[in-house]
Amino acid sequence: MISPASAIPDGEAVELAPGVHWVGAFDPSLRRFDLILSTANGTSYNAYAVRGSEGVVVVDTVKSEFADVFFARLETICDYSEIRAIVLNHLEPDHSGALPELLRRAPQAEVLLSTRAQSMLKAVTKADGVEYSYRPVATGDTLSLGDRTLRFISTPFLHWPDTQCTYLEELSVLFSGDVFGCHFCDQRLFNDRVGDFRYAFEYYYRHIMRPFRSHVIEALDLLEPLELALIAPAHGPVLRDGPRDYVDRYRTLAQPTLQAETCAGEKTLLIFYLSAYGNTERMAQAVYAGAEGVEGCRVSLFDLEGSEPSLFVDLIEEADGFVIGSPTINGDAVKPAWDLLSSLTLVKLRGKLGGAFGSYGWSGEAVQMLEDRLRGLKLVVPRHGPKVKLIPTEEELDECRAFGRALAEHLTGVANQARVVDFADLIRP
Amino acid sequence: MPKAEVLFEDIGVTVKVPAGTRLIEISERVGAGITYGCREGECGTCLTRIVKGQEHLARPSVLEDKVLKEQMAGPHERLACQAQVLGGTIVVRP
Ligand SMILES: Cc1cc2nc3c(=O)[nH]c(=O)nc-3n(C[C@H](O)[C@H](O)[C@H](O)COP(=O)(O)O)c2cc1C
Ligand code: FES
Ligand SMILES: [Fe+2]
Ligand SMILES: [Fe+2]
Repeated sequence: MISPASAIPDGEAVELAPGVHWVGAFDPSLRRFDLILSTANGTSYNAYAVRGSEGVVVVDTVKSEFADVFFARLETICDYSEIRAIVLNHLEPDHSGALPELLRRAPQAEVLLSTRAQSMLKAVTKADGVEYSYRPVATGDTLSLGDRTLRFISTPFLHWPDTQCTYLEELSVLFSGDVFGCHFCDQRLFNDRVGDFRYAFEYYYRHIMRPFRSHVIEALDLLEPLELALIAPAHGPVLRDGPRDYVDRYRTLAQPTLQAETCAGEKTLLIFYLSAYGNTERMAQAVYAGAEGVEGCRVSLFDLEGSEPSLFVDLIEEADGFVIGSPTINGDAVKPAWDLLSSLTLVKLRGKLGGAFGSYGWSGEAVQMLEDRLRGLKLVVPRHGPKVKLIPTEEELDECRAFGRALAEHLTGVANQARVVDFADLIRP
Repeated sequence: MPKAEVLFEDIGVTVKVPAGTRLIEISERVGAGITYGCREGECGTCLTRIVKGQEHLARPSVLEDKVLKEQMAGPHERLACQAQVLGGTIVVRP
């Protein structure tokens, strides 16, 4: 590894602002993070310490393997007995890993975390057999260190339900946790010194934050009004040069990826299918025709064979609903259908309308399996989709048309007219 | 068996159900907009607003109470995967 002249020696803390130090760790050899992210030049686990006239607060820790480096840096700026509180912005092990040992060394320290983090703290420390005491904090709560005040801002789902940011009021420093972070290891630490980390910043947003776009927008509404001298995220460069630019970039990234094309109030439904002998394809065309006839719904039809799933992710993110047609092959739906569904973890699906249909030969598991998966992905599946044995008849195609119409009407609200049904008449989901 | 009526406001459908049924089971069969994650009262995904008839739902368990508190749920919110209907008329807004 290149060790630039301005690299920070092990065992030293770096002052970011008066009384504010970086005490984190570099992990240059990591090549994959959380199984899902590639990290071409490693990452860093940024932890911080803030000194006020009435004690020291530690903000986040590091992954447990890096605890020694963290403690060595921390010891250069304070005595463990001076630590009044430990703020956990995020309980993921890359930040909470050194917590048990830190609490052994500073047993008097109060742990401050978000309301949603409480059960997670128990879960990450339960194997130690020790019960730690903690205090939940919410947006607006503060902790005073005499001449320094920390204010908490709850930012759920960025990246886990528990995540929060912590703002040092007097110095306008934002300890942002995973937000505004990236996996980029460069020992020159500051954004105006390190190499080009723009791709890492974008990549991190796309994989970690994008699935929670609506939460990103809520968080930005809370963070944008803050005066910002410096952003101190939990991974990657410390953003001291133009910190506001990164906030603005998040605002841009949180916009829809595609330009809005539908008219106000218009709903969009996508129909995907796969078909070896044309049976599921004919069903797809009938579903399409049925939905197409409903006013206020824009319907599109795609053969998954002619594309690759990643191209549809943006489209699905913007759609109100989607349907998948697949034949049953060897007792299952076919792989491109599953590939499409498993590429969707990058976008929010919750509450979208879903459906499935398909032709089969003798057992026909595909439709039910797809419907179960769609529900599992938090779509609403209001109707059982049609299953047709081998070649569809005209009546069976009528059923497909009715299915398409019903889904489109569900989206446009036409189907939602007051009616009373008996539970016993509803088929098992 | 005693019956209850549950109205899902988002789709305008009222379902007659036997006592003891959980809201999530009704919602998913009728296609109302309640989504779920764990189905075990832990993740809070199925948090649902009870517009009317809260008293016709079995009281929350200790676990549900804890999760409701953690989610900072309002007094008229319940976990649909936990809440069982007892009778009467209940109106929910997914
Ligand atoms: C990127 C990421 C996303 C996660 N998403 C979820 C989730 O949606 N629901 C959940 O229950 N746990 C989620 N987790 C938590 C993991 O399941 C948990 O950390 C688990 O203990 C990891 O197990 P392992 O040590 O076998 O990798 C997520 C973890 C990561 C790293
Ligand atoms: S689905 Fe997780 S709490 Fe109900
Ligand atoms: Fe994280
Ligand atoms: Fe992290």
